[in-house]
Amino acid sequence: MAAPIDLHEVAEREHEARSRYPWRIKACASTACLSAGATGTVQSLEQTIETNDLALDAVVIPTGCMGLCSRGPLVRVMRRGGDETMYQAVNEEVAVDIVKKHIKKHEFVETNLLDTSIPFFAAQERIVLANGGVIDPDRIEGYVAHGGYLALQKVLTEMTPEAVVQEVTASGIRGRGGAGYPAGSKWSLLAKAPGEQKYVVANGDEGDPGAYMDRTVMEDDPHRLIEGIAIAAYATGASKAFIYVRAEYPRAVERLDRAIRVARRNRLLGRKILETDFNLDVEVRIGAGAFVCGEETALLASIEGLRGVPQLRPPYPTEKGLWGSPTMINNVETLANIPAIVTKGADWFASIGTPKSTGTKVFALAGDLVNIGLIEVPMGTTLRTIVEDIGGGIPDGKAFKAAQTGGPSGGCIPAEFLDTPVDYDSLRQLGSIMGSGGLIVMDDDVSMPEVAKFFMDFSMDESCGKCTPCRAGTVQIHGLLERITAGQGSWTDLRHLEQLCATVRDTSLCGLGQSAPNPVLSTIQYFGDEYESLLVESGLEVVDA
Amino acid sequence: MRERRATVDVSFDGVEYEAYADESVMDASRRLGIGIPSLCYLEGLSVWGGCRMCVVQIAEDHRLRPACATPVAPDMEIHTDTPQLRAHRKAITELLFAEGNHVCAVCVVNGNCELQDVAVDTGMDHVRFDYQSPQREIDASHPKYIFDPNRCIVCTRCVRVCHEIEGAHVWDVAYRGSEAVLVTGMNQPWGTVDSCTWCGKCVAVCPTGALAYQGRAVGEMQHQTDIVIRLAMARNKGEWIDPAELEEMR
Ligand SMILES: Cc1cc2nc3c(=O)[nH]c(=O)nc-3n(C[C@H](O)[C@H](O)[C@H](O)COP(=O)(O)O)c2cc1C
Repeated sequence: MAAPIDLHEVAEREHEARSRYPWRIKACASTACLSAGATGTVQSLEQTIETNDLALDAVVIPTGCMGLCSRGPLVRVMRRGGDETMYQAVNEEVAVDIVKKHIKKHEFVETNLLDTSIPFFAAQERIVLANGGVIDPDRIEGYVAHGGYLALQKVLTEMTPEAVVQEVTASGIRGRGGAGYPAGSKWSLLAKAPGEQKYVVANGDEGDPGAYMDRTVMEDDPHRLIEGIAIAAYATGASKAFIYVRAEYPRAVERLDRAIRVARRNRLLGRKILETDFNLDVEVRIGAGAFVCGEETALLASIEGLRGVPQLRPPYPTEKGLWGSPTMINNVETLANIPAIVTKGADWFASIGTPKSTGTKVFALAGDLVNIGLIEVPMGTTLRTIVEDIGGGIPDGKAFKAAQTGGPSGGCIPAEFLDTPVDYDSLRQLGSIMGSGGLIVMDDDVSMPEVAKFFMDFSMDESCGKCTPCRAGTVQIHGLLERITAGQGSWTDLRHLEQLCATVRDTSLCGLGQSAPNPVLSTIQYFGDEYESLLVESGLEVVDA
Repeated sequence: MRERRATVDVSFDGVEYEAYADESVMDASRRLGIGIPSLCYLEGLSVWGGCRMCVVQIAEDHRLRPACATPVAPDMEIHTDTPQLRAHRKAITELLFAEGNHVCAVCVVNGNCELQDVAVDTGMDHVRFDYQSPQREIDASHPKYIFDPNRCIVCTRCVRVCHEIEGAHVWDVAYRGSEAVLVTGMNQPWGTVDSCTWCGKCVAVCPTGALAYQGRAVGEMQHQTDIVIRLAMARNKGEWIDPAELEEMR
């Protein structure tokens, strides 16, 4: 059996290697920048360094997401022991300029400078995304150099499983998968569940349209997730874990597979982890592209190779999960927070955010904003800060109309609530939900009934068909919205729409159906006049039950 | 001597009853003669919980519960007949009628149909929603039975009885959402599925006219749900049934 990794030695070697180069150029090679041409950027940087004989002066490091995806490809130029400069829209020509001017002549490439003092960067607090734009996701050494796996070492050598559960409970962290269930309570349920075989499952299904928080964690910092899983398994007595990744994330699957192999080789997974008696096997399972498979009971069925439909609860998975054994499902972002909680302590974590929603939340900012990308902010940050400061406001001089959170399960929040702190309870009060972190901003050109129809179309398509209200109700709601948005709806249609939304919400089996009416109900609540202005006057007062 | 089954006090719509501690709200209500409408539930089979007809309100719970999948608990306050529940059940019934082709006047089970009964029970007198009028192909390939997916409400009784009682697993659900449809074998004509034993349990338990014997005219078809329930319950208890008793039930 190979010797376990010596974390301090690896970190030291990595720091040494780092100081060998006067210049280090970090190039974002995350999915968004790659689709903007980052592969060419990296090649161009490397070639220009070589042809200019700078191979001993500068090194290019491909990294994970730097956040401001709409300005990509992004590049950070770091000078040894000194300042760093960020560049935006770095195509191949700009990459040549960066080497020839910045590295060689110490002159900025003025046209592509990106000011890092703007609120987009300054107002963020990065825990989960701390390594984004910093480390090469494919090298465990990078993760270790930034304190990686110290938390696992700490729990295995200094803490009892009960103490770990206690720490997570004290941190107040709530599930980032949408519902906001306290993670500590769930961990303690699994820890107390009787049974030899227990499972931990990381939910990386991430089906909300436009969301890519979890993908970024899995692709850009896979070891953080693996460390979080290992700590969860140790705390709860699980010896087997699955990471459930949707099939649309092939790069995440590849990186995770590689990271698992490397971790095993370094005795961070497998048998006798870090020479203790703790054993853990982690395996990636790939979904087949159904949104409902993000729902925990459907996800478990899918892992077992069954049709991915939600099961009735109780029994809850922590009593009876995979193959009948106690199982705990946590969202990827929830688990990625764990190493920092262990290392820096529950009190530190609880001091961030609000008393009932502690820590930070990662959001995928999308829609009508100047800055689009991935952000991590303390819970309780107001929508206004996110939209106006971090997001840079609405482009083209248009006005803010609504923010949509929680995707197809969430609602639309109008301008009057811009000062609402973004936390689980405030959003719920407004008829929306935190969701997993999709945040779509809309300007005043957008028709809200159309938005509602868009999301209902999604829910209708993704309904599994098991329960009547979701299967048949979403079809009818969608039909009513089509009629109304086409200018052919009547007041009766609007009344039926509201009645049907109530039935689907109250009687559906799982969260998909229960929350599918949210986009409709919240837009009727806040933008009812838009619906009314679309209705035709039939002249008949239809009396109806 | 059998041990006495433990009981708990519960109330249905304000009236106190004793229920067995290990039974569901649905089973207690059936035993006590309280009518909670249901479609997918069938005694003796596993609980599916999909039709949502049987939702009840437990005390002040913020969420409605399906009676079939909710175990009773001490001092449970169960409401089965609030205005809200009545409205929801009626809406669900309408959704089912709008979703398929449920035209009683031309249906083999007219007068012997659980869906029709539910429509009566819930007071459905018209359908508020657009009829979807599906055009799914009828499978008449089996020599003895016929399957009309346009009359199917995806309750999966056939799936469960075939898998759990007969052990043949001929039926499955394919596709999802409004396209979810019952299929035989590997989605092939029923008549070509070798694992079908021709036992007819699926036909016996179907709550609508989706599954029927070949050659029946309007209103001629009788399901024999009671026989299957008797079989399933006896099987669960490991009890032997006298063939004469079954003959009588037929
Ligand atoms: C329709 C539906 C889709 C869901 N999709 C996801 C998902 O993609 N990722 C996720 O983590 N949780 C998803 N959830 C929530 C999970 O059921 C579960 O609550 C969560 O994974 C638990 O993790 P947490 O406690 O860390 O939040 C979904 C729920 C529903 C009802």
